Order: sequence, then structure tokens, then C-alpha cells
Amino acid sequence: MTMESGSRRKALKFGAAAAVGALVGPYVTRSASAAEPIKLGSLLDGTGALGIEGRRMIQATEFAVGQINDHGGLLGRPVKLIAYDTQSSIQLYTQYAQQLVFQDKVDVIQGGITSASREAIRPIFDRSKTLFFYNTQYEGGVCDRNVFCTGTTPAQTVDHIVEYALKNWGKKVYIIAADYNYGHITASWMTKFVKDGGGSVVSTDFFPLDVTNFSSTISRIQEAKPDMVLSALVGANHVGFYRQWAAAGMKSKIPVGATVFGLGDELTTMDAATTDGIITCFGFYNNLGTPNANAFVKGMQAKYGPSLTDLGELDTATYEGIMLWAEAVKKAGSVEQAKVVTALETGISIEGPSGTVKMDPATHHTIRNAYLARPKNRVWEILQTFPNQFPSDTGGACDLIKSPRTNKQFMPQV
Amino acid sequence: MKLLRSSGGAQTVVILSIIVMFAVPKVLSEFGVMQATLFAAVAIFGLSQGFVWGYAGIMSFGQAAFLGIGAYTYAIAAINLGNTQMAALLAIAVPMLFAALLGYFMFYGRISDAYVGVITLTVSVILFELMNSTSGSQYHIGDAVLGGFNGIPAIPPFAPPGKPDEPLDQIGVWYVAMSTLIVAYGFLKWTLASRFGRVVVAIRENETRAMLIGYDPRLYKLLSFVIGAGIAGAAGAVFATWGGFISPTVFALTMSAQVIISVLIGGLGTLIGPILGAVAIQYLINVAGTQHTIDPSLGLGIVLVAFVLLVPQGVVPVVRSWIARLSSTSRTPRAKTAKTPNASEQESRS
Amino acid sequence: MDLTGLLAFNVLTGIATLALITIGLGVIYGMMRIINLAHGEFMMLGAYTAVTASTAGVNIWVSMLILPPLVVGLVGLVLERTIIRFLYGRMMDTMLATWGISLGLIGLITSIFGNVVKSVQMPVGSFAIGQYHVSAYSLVIIGVGVVVLSSLLLLLRKTRFGLILRATMQNPAMSASLGVRPAAVYMATFALGAALAGLAGGVLAPISGVSPGMGGAYIAKAFITVLGGGPAIIAGTGLAAGLFGFINEIVSFLSTPVIGDIALLASAIVLIRVLPQGITGRFLRRSS
Repeated sequence: MTMESGSRRKALKFGAAAAVGALVGPYVTRSASAAEPIKLGSLLDGTGALGIEGRRMIQATEFAVGQINDHGGLLGRPVKLIAYDTQSSIQLYTQYAQQLVFQDKVDVIQGGITSASREAIRPIFDRSKTLFFYNTQYEGGVCDRNVFCTGTTPAQTVDHIVEYALKNWGKKVYIIAADYNYGHITASWMTKFVKDGGGSVVSTDFFPLDVTNFSSTISRIQEAKPDMVLSALVGANHVGFYRQWAAAGMKSKIPVGATVFGLGDELTTMDAATTDGIITCFGFYNNLGTPNANAFVKGMQAKYGPSLTDLGELDTATYEGIMLWAEAVKKAGSVEQAKVVTALETGISIEGPSGTVKMDPATHHTIRNAYLARPKNRVWEILQTFPNQFPSDTGGACDLIKSPRTNKQFMPQV
Repeated sequence: MKLLRSSGGAQTVVILSIIVMFAVPKVLSEFGVMQATLFAAVAIFGLSQGFVWGYAGIMSFGQAAFLGIGAYTYAIAAINLGNTQMAALLAIAVPMLFAALLGYFMFYGRISDAYVGVITLTVSVILFELMNSTSGSQYHIGDAVLGGFNGIPAIPPFAPPGKPDEPLDQIGVWYVAMSTLIVAYGFLKWTLASRFGRVVVAIRENETRAMLIGYDPRLYKLLSFVIGAGIAGAAGAVFATWGGFISPTVFALTMSAQVIISVLIGGLGTLIGPILGAVAIQYLINVAGTQHTIDPSLGLGIVLVAFVLLVPQGVVPVVRSWIARLSSTSRTPRAKTAKTPNASEQESRS
Repeated sequence: MDLTGLLAFNVLTGIATLALITIGLGVIYGMMRIINLAHGEFMMLGAYTAVTASTAGVNIWVSMLILPPLVVGLVGLVLERTIIRFLYGRMMDTMLATWGISLGLIGLITSIFGNVVKSVQMPVGSFAIGQYHVSAYSLVIIGVGVVVLSSLLLLLRKTRFGLILRATMQNPAMSASLGVRPAAVYMATFALGAALAGLAGGVLAPISGVSPGMGGAYIAKAFITVLGGGPAIIAGTGLAAGLFGFINEIVSFLSTPVIGDIALLASAIVLIRVLPQGITGRFLRRSS
């Protein structure tokens, strides 16, 4: 080797090292600087199978943070939103959760959509003691001192759907559900409520989230001849079921009740013949008509455009989750996890778009209103109102005031 | 002479890697160490694909199958046995067993190379769909609930032998991951320098000639396939420990696509190429997800097409040939022979 | 009795769907030995064409049956000229390049339309088989499947164009010496394959949701059917689709759609092992 090539090699190596240094920079320890803003971390699916629900929740998050900052921030400090699009991938959920906790060092996490994603990231936040708000309606039962759930649970909604169905449609039920923890546990709740109401479940079928072709399923359902179909299908691909069901002419034959229908843009993108008559029960509908509901819808439309006619419970619960947290921070006078948790456990309540929302100290879930509705000509027709529904899913087994070390998800015994 | 030279290069790589292994925890933050561990895991996976494809000439399009089997085996074994060393060993052994069966099915059936690609791809899709359907609580192996789409959370991380209740911290896991990478690299280098390795390469270059000399290509392909699966299984175990979580997405097409792209841009027919390529692609994916200018798939697609058109041999062989041209001692780039897929493929076009 | 009728109808629909999904890929692979991993995305483009056109007010049948093949055929032409033609003879590289194209197309559509699921209105209603109700759209799918396969057969066997296509496929050098430009033939073939994929996407749009990632569900099935079918493009696709579609529908009905898919893939792997040249590698060798 000559001297020339030796120095060339050195130059190459140095250049490479410099390039590596530039790339590695962000991962190198930074000296801690006094962080003025309060950091709110968000993990939601803006794209992918859950994207239709996620994108509005992301907007609701931005809207809520914007409102807080417009009113002077929290404790005199601005709130900084650090949001990652998890692209409907659980892998990315765990990755970005670690990033939010260890690199961005956020003060609270608001996020998670599917129950699978929640269960994947919950241990990370438990270990690092990062406060976690889960704002999506789900199958209920999570009992964890570090976690606060603002979405509706089966005891607040599914029981009303089943009640209505047994009263108006008959006793034989066919259940179809998404094949992951939400679908399985919700199906268990449906079975329990059906049996308690004197009905019977003919069959329960599960479908992974990427299934789009339901023709054989529709044939199976017809063969079983049930009085109704109860659906816990989730995500953009499962929406195909409702389309295929209508196309097969089943709408007039067998009625359908669904726990996750209309939370995305179903009413705006599907025609009335497909959506009419499907019974749902959520904590919010965009045409509730109350002053708070209207103010929320108008505010979101002002920021994101008049096409936002499909706001639902996922978006208002996201908003309410952030506002509840903000209230607790004000009450605690600090963003420290332990202090905020204590503040939340005094029973904070806010006036949200869906009405009064109160955090129940023992269960860490919300006491909120529920409404039974069905689409009619692509607009929600509210049939019944259930005020101040208590999250009684665990039947008192979850009491984080008495037993603060509890950390599990209770499931229904069927 | 050539053997000495290539082992000289390998020694440099190993020494550099050991330096990196000790330097990283000193230089990077805890989060940085965690990211580095992920890079090490994908690098091991890249090695597996690089060996099977670049040296054995097996176009495995579903190497993610073995990554996933390794990861799930580790998770299930660790939860059930409580002994993470045993779990790690099983994570290497079980994919090898599966590869032996699948390899026997494919190679002894004289299936052509393109078909090998499609069959391995299909097998990984089947595994994905199978694992995705195991959400009910009735699907469990011992104490480990398979979880379906939900995945298996709370996987016990590596613990030192004899101290199962003191799992390694992030830095400890990094050491294990990086050592696994170094050992895998060393093992493959040694294998390739051995007689076995040279027969494997000969078969890749001209199967008929190797057969006529008296070697059974099916056996050598099968063994290479099995070795590759074992390394992928090791990557799976590291991956499972890194995340503490595993889900069916590890079997997805995107996982196989990612490693193939990594090998391609790193350099087919080298070992260091896939390592660097895997790290680069993982870094790109991380960055792509957090920025909002360009859609991640679009960016990756452009990168892939650009590389296939402009730098089909990959970065490392190109860089090597630059270095060779810059230095006065010439060195024949090995990349050319490595790149051409089976010439026999062109003959069979009719 | 009714149930048998229902099942038989479902099986026919499944076969037709699989045939439509596969034929575009079969043309490209059969003629050019190119493994086009962007096939699913060509279908996706066809579906998006149908959605965009029908939303813009174009007649639904034109939006689904006429525009998608034209648009995607054009896209295929452009891609062939700009990327694919540099890679002939390099099978692995074409696989990788088409994989890159597939990622790029997904990204492009996501950037333009966003990652939402769109839909096309179902243009027909339902009818009854005994006491069971089925969507009449399945008849459309079966019809389109039959028409496509038979027209392709006629094209290949009875027209001069088809003759040139088959000759170039069998022996490019000989055809070149007879005055045919293989490059032009390859261009036309790739465009034809793309157009067929686009048609499949357009026709299937009302059934499945239209989203940027929808292509991924089809690629494995299409591939394995092409390989199972063997060298004869139409007979192979027809027979393989027949066998696999039958297995898929029956198993789906007896258990779940996912197990049905797995059964399809697994039986295809077994078939390829038993008949490495595909069905028409062994039987019906002289057909096209």
C-alpha cells in the first residue's frame, strides 16, 4: 500500500465517521435543558386499517391542545404536542411509545386505538410511570393505576344495544366480531347480555382485521336463520361486510346492531341503502344538538373545514381525555404523574361535547351519557338517551382506591 | 493468498464491531442504545438473507417466516420455561427444523428458483394468516397465550445463566445482540472459507457443473437454507427481547421485503453489505414514519427502483471497486458474479 | 337443495374472481417470464379509476369495465418503457424493481387520495336461490370472467396479433428474424397484462373496499395460481382458478374466510410440488 492510498483511505474513513456522527447525533445523550413546554405525547393511527378512525382523533388532539394554548396554556406553560402516526402497526406502537418515553420524555400520553395496541404499550408506560390516557371505546375491564380510560365500555353501551335488539327483533342472535382481544371480549359481553335477557347465541364468528370478503359468511348467516346479527367488526376492511350485506339483499331480512359502526366516515361515504337502520350506541353523535356538541363540531369545522360532518365518540372522548387531564394538572399544580393521578382520583368532572363527563376515582373510567341511534338517510336518528352511565363492567372488582396495586384487565365470566 | 486476504478483511470487521459494541453504551443515551439493539437485530436478519440469497443462490422471499418462528419460539419458551438461554437455543433450533422440512420439500422436488421464491413467500403469508387467527384465549402453548393479532406482550428479556430473576437491562441486551451479530458474522465467514462453503458457492455459480463433479446440490442447498433459518431465528430472539412484544406482523410481506431491499442495496454477494443495508433501511423506515413530507412507501419504492436501475450490485461492492481503483493494488470485484441470478433461468425461457 | 345451489353459485363466483385476479399476471409471466410484484397495485389503480370516475358522474359500467383497463394499460405501458425494459433477462431484478414500483404506487395513491377506504356503489341488486339471497353482482363477475378468458383465447388463437404474441413467446430470436420487433411485442404484452389487472380491480371495486393497500391481499393468491396453472396462459389460469377457487370457497363456508385462504395457498404449494411445471405443464400441453 502506498502512502497516497493510505491517506485517501483515512480521508474516506474520516468522512464516513463524520457522516455517521451526523446521523447518530439525535441518539446521543443531550444535556438536559430546562424544558419550558409541557409535553403531550400522542400515538394514533393516521393511516392504515384504523386510519379512518385515527385521522379525526389526531385532529381532535390538535384541536384540544390548540384550545388549551389559546387559553394561556397550563400552569403558565404552553403545551407542546408530539404526535407519531403508528400506521395501524403494533410494531410501530411499541417503537414510538419507547421513543416518546425515553427520547422525547413526555409528561402524558394520549392515544392508542385498538385494544391490541393499548395492551402492547401499557406495560411500557407502567414501567416508566408515564401517565396514559386511553380515549377509545373498548371492551372494558382495564384496571391499572397509571391508566385512565375515557371511552365508553360495554356496560355503558352494548347492554343497551342488546336490550333494544331482544325487545324489538327476537331472541336468536348471530355474533360476528373482529379477531383480536376487543372482538373476543365484546363478543363475550354480547353473549352475557343476550343470555341475561333470555336470548340465545346461534354462532360467534371471528374475522382478522384484513378480511374483506364476507360472501361465505353471509351464506352461513342465512343458513343459521337468526333473528338478528350483532357485529363487533372493526376497521376499514370490515366495513365491506355492511356493503356486501346490503348488496345481497339482506337489509330487509335480518336487522343488524353494531358496536363499531359510524365511528369513521361510513355515513358520508356509503349510501343510505347500506347504512339505514343499523343500531348503534355511543357517547356522542354529531347531531345531538346540545350547545356543547354544536360548539365542538363548529370549532373543529372552523379549523379543518366544513367536510367534518362525521365526528363521533372517538373524537369527543379524545378531546375530553385531554381536557380531563388538563383539569387535573391545574388541580394538582404540577405535571408529575403521582400528583396528577391523585388529583384525578378526587373525581374531576368537565362539561364536554357529549355532556357532563366525570372521572370515577375507583375504576379510572368515566361516568358519561350514552345515546342509542341509527342512521336514517345518512343522518343519525337518536332513539334513546341514557344519562350518566356508570362503568360497571368489573362489578366493583376494580377499586384502585382500595387496592392501588391492581394491574390487570378484568374479563366477563360467561 | 486470497483466503488470507479475505480473512484479513473479516478480522478488521470483527475488531471494529467489538469496538462499536463497547463504545455505544458510553456514547449514546438509553434510547440510543435501544435503537442500536434494533439495528443489530435487523442486521442479523440481513446476514441470514444475505447468506441464503447471495452465497447459496436461494431466492428466499419469505425469510421473515424464520424470523417470526424464532421470535415466537423464544417468547413461548421463555414464558413457559423461565430459562431464557434454553429459549434462545430453541429459537435457533425450531426454525432450522422447519427449514429442513420446507427445504426438503422444495429442493428435493427439483423446483426451480423462481418457484422457491414464490413458495417461501406463500409460506410466510400462510404463517401470518395462521398466527393472526389465534386471538381467542383457547390458543395457547402451555402458559403462553398466542394472542393472534394482539401478539404476545411481556416477553421475559434475556437473563444471565443461573440468575433468571435478574433480567438484563437495556445495555446488557445490547451486548447480547451485538455479540450475536459478531458471532453470526464470524460463523458465516468461517463457513464460507471452509470446503462446504466453497461447494455452496460453486453450486450457485453453476449447478450443473457442480453436479457433474459429484456434489449433490440439493443437499448443499438444504443445509445452507437451514443455516440461514437458524441465523434468522437468532435475529427473531433478539427482536423479541428488544421489544418485549411480538405480533404476527413479524411474518408480514413487508418484513421480507425490508430484508431483501437491505441486501440488495447493501450488496448481494457480500456479508458486510447486508449488515449495513439492513441498518440503513431500518433507519430510513424510522425516519420516514416520523416525517411528513413524503409518504414512507413512496420514498422506499423510489429508493428501491433507483437502486435496481442504477446500482444493481449494491453499495458495498461498488464502494469496494472504487477503493480498489483508488489504491494501486487491484482487486477483482467479486460482485459481478454474485449479481447475475441463475444464468440457467435465461435458458429456460421458452 | 337450496344450500347446494347457493354453494355452487358461491364456488362459481370464487372461481371467476380468482381467474380475473390471475389472468393479468399470467399474461405477463407466461409471455415474458417477468414476475410482476406490482400486479396487486395495478388492480388497485383500476379500482381507484372506477371510484374516481363514478364519483365524477361517469356511468357506473363504463367506470368499472372500460376506463380501468384503458387507464392501467397506459400506466403499464409507461412503466414498461421507463423501467422494465432495461431489466429483461434479469428476473430477480425485475422482481425487485416491480416490488419498488408497487411500494411507489401505494405511496403515490396514499399521497393523492389519503389512506381512506373508498367505495363504489353496487350497481345491481340481489336475487334468490330458493330461500337464500345472493348478490346479483356475482353474476356480473362470472360473466366478466367468462368474457375475458374467451376473448383472450380468441385473441391469441384467431388473430394475427395473437399469433405474433405466441411466436415471440416461444422463440424471440426466430420471430425477430421474421420481422417482428420483440421490444414492441413485450411492450404490448405488458400493457395488456396491466390492463387486465386494472379490469379486475375495477370489477371487484364494489365488493372490497378501495384503499391504497388493497393490492396486497391478492398478490400471493394470484402468483400461486399462475404457477399452479403452468405455461398455457388461459387454460392454465382457468384450470388452476377452478381447482383453487373451489377449495377456497368450500373451506371458507365450512370454517372461516381465513382458513379458506390458507387452504388455497397450502393446496397450491402441494400442487406445485407434485406438478412442478403446473397443471398445463403436464396436461393439455398444446393449449394456450
